[in-house]
Amino acid sequence: MTTLALTRGRRPHLPLPLLLAVAVTAWLIGWLIEAPLAGWISFDLLRLEHGSQLGEAVAFFLLDVPKVLLLLLGIVTVVTLIRGFFSPERVRSALVGRGLLAGTVTAASFGVVTPFCSCSAVPLFIGFVEAGIPLGVTFAFLISSPMVNEVALVLLWGLFGPWIALLYMACGLVVAIVGGLIIGRLGLERYVEDYVWAMQGTVGPGIEIKLTPEQRLGDAWRYTKDLVRKITPYLLIGIGIGALIHGYAPTELVAAIGGRSNPLAVPLVVLIAIPLYSNAAGTIPIVQALLGKGLPLGTTLAFMMSITAISLPEFIILRRVIRWQLIAVFATVVTIGILIVGYMFNVLVS
Amino acid sequence: MRKIEVLGPGCANCKRLEANAHEAVAMAGVEAEIVKVTDYREIAAHGILSTPGLIIDGVIRSYGRIPSAGDIALWLTEG
Repeated sequence: MTTLALTRGRRPHLPLPLLLAVAVTAWLIGWLIEAPLAGWISFDLLRLEHGSQLGEAVAFFLLDVPKVLLLLLGIVTVVTLIRGFFSPERVRSALVGRGLLAGTVTAASFGVVTPFCSCSAVPLFIGFVEAGIPLGVTFAFLISSPMVNEVALVLLWGLFGPWIALLYMACGLVVAIVGGLIIGRLGLERYVEDYVWAMQGTVGPGIEIKLTPEQRLGDAWRYTKDLVRKITPYLLIGIGIGALIHGYAPTELVAAIGGRSNPLAVPLVVLIAIPLYSNAAGTIPIVQALLGKGLPLGTTLAFMMSITAISLPEFIILRRVIRWQLIAVFATVVTIGILIVGYMFNVLVS
Repeated sequence: MRKIEVLGPGCANCKRLEANAHEAVAMAGVEAEIVKVTDYREIAAHGILSTPGLIIDGVIRSYGRIPSAGDIALWLTEG
């Protein structure tokens, strides 16, 4: 009775290759027609003028919304699929027993490809420490994992091109590695809660669970759908503001506040970024518009990195395992690293 | 009586997994108690680093993802 009930309860599935072919084709069609479609709607259907403030703002909005949604749907699915092969459990096995430098670099690199959920930060921390992984190595992972996330990379790649996205990733890696090494050197083990140390050596490695391609694709698609649903309101607001900036903001104003002539621009954007954690996606279109108006590259990178790397909700969660002194050091090291990256790129790209 | 443990601090993902577990128990037609493990120490003690996690009768069935009610029901019936 139970087997029959189970098969009746499941929906009929289309064969996987067919489903994939249809999805990819639909995506490509959407991608190719949306730019000409946006132009046609703004300038032919609505009869707005090329180069007018309203015309440019509307065209920006109509162009960006489908483009960003398509990018998210397509690339987040693929990236999540790839990331499914890298679990924190596997990373932990890879890090055990490694030398300090090799471990830090490995941890930071794995952090980039491993999916990160704030609610997992604590078990992850406990698990790493319990396995004997040095504190600095664990922090390298904790820095790179949230900072280099798939939403940021997708949008950066789609809106600014592959080089900016790779640059962002490289900077995130460097900040994570150097930050991890510094924190490791400071000998702050006493600021980790005692119970975490007490657990060392008590747990064996968890078991490895194999997933089928259908499960992996299903997971990736469900994750993407949820993500897109959650961030669409922020995205629309962000693109709306970006469109207004693109159409209406005078370039001189952007240059005056955020430009190279203002030495406080970099710390300013870092400060603005701190409360913006959950709105990472929504802020990228704004950044895109500002960049178009002359916001320097370093300032842009600093802003993007700060949004996810310096997150108050995550710090509060981490309080379960580390004391405020260590959290403060963590936040400071990351902030200084981001500030250096910001200033460095502003100087280099001029 | 089967024992299903849902491991996680209580975020949206954990709640969804718990809902799937309830649905799975109904689908599979078995008697099971569903326990929520929210203490971080206990979660880590099982060797699970990415929540939510699912343990059925002491065997880790899933971590870091939300298996569907169908998947869970299958684990319940295959024993």
